[in-house]
Amino acid sequence: MSQNTMNLKVKVWRQKNANTQGAFVTYDVAGISDEMSFLEMLDILNEKLITEGGDPVAFDHDCREGICGMCSLYINGKPHGPWQANTTCQLHMRAFKDGETIVIEPWRANSFPIVKDLTVDRSAFDRIIQAGGYISVNTGNAVDGNSLPIEKQNADDAFAAAMCIGCGACVAACKNSSAMLFLSAKVSHLALLPQGAPERKSRVLNMVAQMDKEGFGSCTNTGACEATCPKEISIANIARLNKEYLGASLSAE
Amino acid sequence: MTFKQMFTSSVGKKLVMAFTGIFLILFLVVHAGLNACIWAMDGGVMFNKAAHFMGSFVVPRVLEIGLFLGIFLHILQGYMLTLENRSKRKVGYAVNYSKGSKWYSRSMAILGTILLMFFIIHWKHFWVPSRITGVAEMDLGNGFVVHNLYGVMQDTFQNVWVVLFYVISCISLGYHLAHGFQSAFKTIGVHNKRYHAMISSLGYGFAIIIPLAFALMPISFYLHWVN
Repeated sequence: MSQNTMNLKVKVWRQKNANTQGAFVTYDVAGISDEMSFLEMLDILNEKLITEGGDPVAFDHDCREGICGMCSLYINGKPHGPWQANTTCQLHMRAFKDGETIVIEPWRANSFPIVKDLTVDRSAFDRIIQAGGYISVNTGNAVDGNSLPIEKQNADDAFAAAMCIGCGACVAACKNSSAMLFLSAKVSHLALLPQGAPERKSRVLNMVAQMDKEGFGSCTNTGACEATCPKEISIANIARLNKEYLGASLSAE
Repeated sequence: MTFKQMFTSSVGKKLVMAFTGIFLILFLVVHAGLNACIWAMDGGVMFNKAAHFMGSFVVPRVLEIGLFLGIFLHILQGYMLTLENRSKRKVGYAVNYSKGSKWYSRSMAILGTILLMFFIIHWKHFWVPSRITGVAEMDLGNGFVVHNLYGVMQDTFQNVWVVLFYVISCISLGYHLAHGFQSAFKTIGVHNKRYHAMISSLGYGFAIIIPLAFALMPISFYLHWVN
């Protein structure tokens, strides 16, 4: 299969650190193959910048297989770029046309402060998980997984919720910078399984409290999060979270 | 956990919006139903009787206090949430994708502001004369005298600009309900796909039928479909 190469302009947000002002800088990148991934295109840009003695563009990435949740980037106005159900690392350059200008911005939310350029601090998500995203397990021998019956529908819904990789695209896409899709995926995942039952009530209350403490906005059910989620987490999880919250807060002492 | 903590968390604030919203949805059914008496073609007798019942019987009067409280809470919480949510992103995006959500879902505060302006004018047209400044009376015989609110409607809706403003407000109400109806039920925890599909359809139907019925009222008077 023949490769097509293209010349592009990339308009990238450059910011030294959280305390300085940032601005867009436009770079030319030439000879980009349409078979390259988006991050490989940025690697080429960075090699060019380093060769020229400049500062490479900082961006998050790790597995480059679409499963770790490290990559981010708001590409041409959409988290993870133009493709549906896709992470930035799995976005390929055939999504763009020769001569196109690609605008790359970091996730924008007060709760995700910029570390440098396109890298943001998403540790707020870690603290939300720490507040309740765990289960009690007895010490001793591991229990045979098959000894615990779980209804098929619940197992499927829990698995679908557990697909969330915690990338933060939901926060980035939401007009309110709400973390509700992320939180609802984590709460649903454990609320649907018997293993999650012991902390079911305290989990939702503590995780919502931590989310508020981190400064995320309230959900207004616009659906922007669901539309841009690379793992297609359903907004129905948010309704489930609301039910969990209502039940837990009404019955709490 | 206190009730204050429950209703002041990010999820709790939405519960306030949802509960008051559902209460206001119920009010719309009552209001539209009673107002539909204008189409009885009896010179406003049935409508004036219905309005008299609402204004003199103790149950609707008590509910009216709840209605004002509900509207006030819904508006106050709505504006507070909008301002708070906006403050969560100090630096905005240069390029914004809008296909992920409906415009009216993102514009609830603007649609709500149009509705607030409408309420103020609407109260001035009907509630204030009926309760405070007084309106002409209609004698229904046997000493049964009621306020002629039908006559007030006839007079008010002779002005084309008033009719136009009412129609625009009804369109805003339709879009506000198109998002608000199903969103309120999501907020109170309806996640079951079967019920959610049912509520969504019901919500869209409600968002069309109720505002359409309301919009037809001033139009009916203006075009003399009722007499």
